[in-house]
Amino acid sequence: FHRLFILLVHAHFISKMAAVQDGQVDLEVEKKEIKTETSNDGSGNNNANSSSPGSTSLGATSKSPTGPAEDQQTLLAVLQFLKRNKLNESVDILRREAGLSVEIDDSPGSASGGAGSGGASNSTVDGGDTNSLLSRVSIAIPAAPAVTAAPVPPKGLDQPDVNVVLSAYSQQGDPDLYPLYYNGLKKFIESVLDCHRAELSQVFYPLFVHMYLELVYNNHEVEAKQFFEKFSGDQECYYAEDLRILSGMTKKEHMKGNETMLDFRTSKFVLRISRDSYQLLKRHLQERQNNQIWNIIQEHLYIDIFDGMPRSKSQIDAMSGSLAGEAKRDANKTKVFYGLLKEPEIEVPLDDEDEEAENEEGKPKKKKPKKDSMGSKSKKQDPNAPQQTRIPLPELKDSDKLDKIMNMKEAAKKIRLGSDNLPSICFYTFLNAYQGLTAVDITDDSSLIAGGFADSTVRVWSVTPKKLRRVKSAADLSNIDKESDDVLERIMDEKTASESKILYGHSGPVYGISFSPDRNYLLSSSEDGTVRLWSLQTFTCLVGYKGHNYPVWDTQFSPYGYYFVSGGHDRVARLWATDHYQPLRMFAGHLADVTCTRFHPNSNYVATGSADRTIRLWDVLNGNCVRILTGHKGPIHSLAFSPNGKFMASGATDGRVLLWDIGHGLMIGELKGHTDTIYALRFSRDGEILASGSMDNTVKLWDTLKAFDDVELDDFTAATGHIHLPENSQELLLGSYTTKSTPVIHLHFTRRNLLLAAGAYNP
Amino acid sequence: MHSIMVVGMADREERRFAEVPRESVKLMSESAGVELSDELAALLAEDVCYRLREATQSSSQFMRHAKRRKLTVEDFNRALRWSNVEAIAGYGAQDALPFRPIKEGELFFVEDREINLVELALATNIPKGCAETMVRVNVSYLDGKGNLEPQGTVPSAVQTLSEDLLKYYQQVTRAILGEDPHLMKVALLDLQSNSKMAALLPYFVYVISGVKSVSHDLEQLNRLLHMVKSLVQNPYLYLGSYVRSLVSSVMYCILEPLAASINPLNDHWTLRDYAALLLSHIFWTHGDLVSGLYHQILLSLQKVLSDPVRPLCSHYGAVVGLHALGWKAVERVLYPHLPAYWSNLQAVLDDYSVSNAQVKADGHKVYGAILVAVERLLKMKALSLSLPAERGFGAQPGSGGVAGFRVSSPGLSPPPEPLSEAALGIASHLQGPGGAGTPWEDWTPVPLPAMYCELYSFFGDSLAVRLSTGPSLGGCPPSPPGPAANPDTARKMPQLTANLNVSPRQDGSPRPEPAPPSLAATRRNSSSRPGQRSVGPSRDVFPKARFPPPQAGPPAFSFLIGGRQTGRRCQGRRFQTSFSPAPPPSSAPPRTYAHKLPVIGRVGKPLRRWTCSHYSLHLPL
Repeated sequence: FHRLFILLVHAHFISKMAAVQDGQVDLEVEKKEIKTETSNDGSGNNNANSSSPGSTSLGATSKSPTGPAEDQQTLLAVLQFLKRNKLNESVDILRREAGLSVEIDDSPGSASGGAGSGGASNSTVDGGDTNSLLSRVSIAIPAAPAVTAAPVPPKGLDQPDVNVVLSAYSQQGDPDLYPLYYNGLKKFIESVLDCHRAELSQVFYPLFVHMYLELVYNNHEVEAKQFFEKFSGDQECYYAEDLRILSGMTKKEHMKGNETMLDFRTSKFVLRISRDSYQLLKRHLQERQNNQIWNIIQEHLYIDIFDGMPRSKSQIDAMSGSLAGEAKRDANKTKVFYGLLKEPEIEVPLDDEDEEAENEEGKPKKKKPKKDSMGSKSKKQDPNAPQQTRIPLPELKDSDKLDKIMNMKEAAKKIRLGSDNLPSICFYTFLNAYQGLTAVDITDDSSLIAGGFADSTVRVWSVTPKKLRRVKSAADLSNIDKESDDVLERIMDEKTASESKILYGHSGPVYGISFSPDRNYLLSSSEDGTVRLWSLQTFTCLVGYKGHNYPVWDTQFSPYGYYFVSGGHDRVARLWATDHYQPLRMFAGHLADVTCTRFHPNSNYVATGSADRTIRLWDVLNGNCVRILTGHKGPIHSLAFSPNGKFMASGATDGRVLLWDIGHGLMIGELKGHTDTIYALRFSRDGEILASGSMDNTVKLWDTLKAFDDVELDDFTAATGHIHLPENSQELLLGSYTTKSTPVIHLHFTRRNLLLAAGAYNP
Repeated sequence: MHSIMVVGMADREERRFAEVPRESVKLMSESAGVELSDELAALLAEDVCYRLREATQSSSQFMRHAKRRKLTVEDFNRALRWSNVEAIAGYGAQDALPFRPIKEGELFFVEDREINLVELALATNIPKGCAETMVRVNVSYLDGKGNLEPQGTVPSAVQTLSEDLLKYYQQVTRAILGEDPHLMKVALLDLQSNSKMAALLPYFVYVISGVKSVSHDLEQLNRLLHMVKSLVQNPYLYLGSYVRSLVSSVMYCILEPLAASINPLNDHWTLRDYAALLLSHIFWTHGDLVSGLYHQILLSLQKVLSDPVRPLCSHYGAVVGLHALGWKAVERVLYPHLPAYWSNLQAVLDDYSVSNAQVKADGHKVYGAILVAVERLLKMKALSLSLPAERGFGAQPGSGGVAGFRVSSPGLSPPPEPLSEAALGIASHLQGPGGAGTPWEDWTPVPLPAMYCELYSFFGDSLAVRLSTGPSLGGCPPSPPGPAANPDTARKMPQLTANLNVSPRQDGSPRPEPAPPSLAATRRNSSSRPGQRSVGPSRDVFPKARFPPPQAGPPAFSFLIGGRQTGRRCQGRRFQTSFSPAPPPSSAPPRTYAHKLPVIGRVGKPLRRWTCSHYSLHLPL
């Protein structure tokens, strides 16, 4: 539904752009405008407003030609959109200009603020699915003449006009000239100095796509085909997947239903080019009066100009590959509080009591780790950490405290890993998994393992001798002595003890699974569009969270429990709280499916990986997208945060693991070695080792300590984001361990740093 | 109807996708009763292609998230369902469906055979359902450098061997355990003489220790034993502590109730014999490498022998093992244990039920083995006794290759013959409490006559038969002193004549017919009244070694072996209860056993042989 807004807003921009077309917008001014914008939205659309000399004029230009009733509605929509993206300044200005009182802003739930309000309020309206919507739209298209000069006003909130978006392509030139234009530019770029060539070559791919789509849209089928065959070979190999989709689209009708292409057109492809290179390009195009290409660049490309040395080919290649180009530099400028939260002080009396009760020898031992692990964390506040109460976290229960104590005890016995001390690997092989194992999770204390299966079941195993037991029925519970000390033991029904339990409830493959930190709950997300919360006390389903309406690819509990995040085919990640049946936040902005979701260790941020080949980091507090990380060449299927919260690793279908510095929003490492999709990533408990598990039946261990050390982060690189990646995958690879025939789909480090891996035997 | 699809060749030079030509579209529309123009069909075809491609594209997403490499029909159906298209039913099978062409016309179709539901419903082989989904754990232990630590006993260090050695190891093991007998011989020969394979010894020993896993395969067991033999014979190899491992593998073949023995057609007896031989070979050549080995072997053999639960083939193994270890081993372990064991064996042999037939046959095997063992025991013991007394016809040359060994003083030190206990006093090893109820500590050598007497009580004259088949010991005495012996020989009856010659200085002639029980008496007499029965110096075989030089001539003991051989099939076991000719009142212990053996063996013949036994009982002991 979010997209509808984008379309709507876009429609206005297009109309406005048509209006200002003659005015020769100065691009330099444009850039300054963008830079003053502190906030970023996810869709990559908000920059559109800056194509006018000032955002203040936006409301006026878009308002004037339309009728009063429609206008009012449109204005509201624009306002809402701006609000969602925290463009508060623009909102105010727009409101002032439009003469709207604050009361008009009647968007429900706006008080809660952030994307959540928008998403939550709209999800109620969202009855029909997008497909039917789109098909309605496509029927409407022939009726509406595609004229750019006179923009078609939107017909209302529930019926946006995709037509307008597509009409951007209707300004047609001579189809026969397209190859000539393209070739001309190609010749020019090939003739420029080497240092500029790599940068300017970035223009090829988006230009190629848009020219092709224009040809297709204007029914020049044959020319389009010729154009494609002539120039598709020039494109970078990592776009092959997209080109394949593109080559399938030969008719105007095809474009309407294809969501990927719709996104490609509605969002601007982002390029980073140095000022010198850009001037070269601009001069060339103006000299040749090559309006066709110039128009495309203006309308569909966002050129992020920077001062300084042009980037090299390898630098560009490292960062490109996503569906919508690179991230704008401003997109990653927001401060991210990546530090860890202060560990809660655990009262000593409880601690000592426990110790004395259990064993006295443990007491002196206990003191030491407390000083080490607790002291350092609790005494001085990490300057990069968010405020303790930045987002409300659940209070610790007694059982949580006990668990923390256990955790610390175990951590004291932790093996210090390093390049000369690798962890042993314990592999959990799922046998007879004919149903198809699709997801695995292991509890933090490594006592339980759960599997999600393609036959809609969720199975939980106990990997310790302790069997899984259900709580007694209500009738039996009333009979037990509630005052007794071992009441927790008494409520369990011994008759139900078994090594594994099966949870039935989903009606589609279970793609994501996650234990709550306290081991009382289990989350599962499924193709049936729901996320379910299961109780591990009763082994029944407690809640079904509906909202995605499309397959939910992944879900994960917050490290502090209570919150969880989910992401799916609807391209939206949602933040939920277990006691709310509607999402608290909706993180919209990805251009394709959200394939994996991970919580930051401090629970203030959520990372999502997507099939649009980008990773986004979202602020839980306000729903903003604070980082857009590009560089993968395939859908991202695994994410992992380092235990100190400073770094992130991501794995994709391209078989590469990329390492990111969250604070700077920079790629700082590339680990090559896997030959297939990486489905599992995990840092060791101290963060020295990164384990990656892949479809190619291997577990690889990487020396992350060295990887982080090898990167020299001076102020310049941090500022520009142009980093030279050392080619050191081979040095960083500490070991590669092959299973017989079991793809590795989950990895986990125990509290003592033993590596657990899991997968289904695939005969 | 959806199963038939004509896939046409698009007339474009470059085809990226499979295409549905308009002919197919027309065909399908016709079958649905709709007429389409060519133009329309072409448009429709193109759109169908695109939609198919689109659906395929989105279906791959379901495959990726299911963490699979193979796109299934279910994935495709999900993609269709989510784009509001009706899913295709009937293709849910996991296996690939065969896609077949028809020769005439480019027609392809998915094979869709009819299924006979009645047959399916009435089928008797109801599948049991698939196994429970479960989680199994394997652990890879990594050392500091990230190498996998060895798991179990698998020699992971094989990797550190040089390429050549590794190849040699693989070739040899493959040849020995492989099919080609010629190759095997070559490999075994090389193993026997190769001087450069010492590094591989642990791996070969490991391979050999695999006997336990091939206990069903006599052939493989044999090959492994041959491997042991080659290794043992290789003069360049220092076996060291691997001897123990080899011995345990060999012992396994000797003693364990191998899986191969379940089938009576398998000749596991030969295997056990061979293994026993090998055992003695290892022991005599490499026994000094591991201290206490002899003792351990004896103990384990004894343990098996005294365990009534063990199958007879195990007992057989124990007996042949003892036999192979030398007569002293037999004397120390088997002989004292015999009374206890006998009752068990006898029970088996007395059971004539059909179900017992196989066990009984095995029992006979054991019986035979014991017989062979005690026979040798008697022979060797006699020999060892006879030799120190150089006088007379003790030292007859050229008698079956066993002549010429000497017994040094007390008869416990073995002769320097290869198969005798080289410098290993048996008694010194067997210190532990014997399972056979024989207190090792106060074990005293049983004098030969007593031994013979007792053995005779078990075996009857089959003992005599067995003895007579062996190589003659020390040559036959030219003339048995007893008058009764002569007619026996003349009648070619199987017999053993043991003569206890009283010193000629005293009596001048042995007693003509001493009954077996009188043997005991004789012994007692000989010690109490040594002077009474002095034997002539030429026949003074018996007591010289055992007893301190008697004042008077000690009683001499000699065997007279003669008569006819009765073949090797232990027919001598036919044994009669009634020792009618000689029922001496004093023969207490042997008789008790004899009474327990009323009729062992076939009932038909004993009557005929009655007389024989009668004669043989009239031994001039």
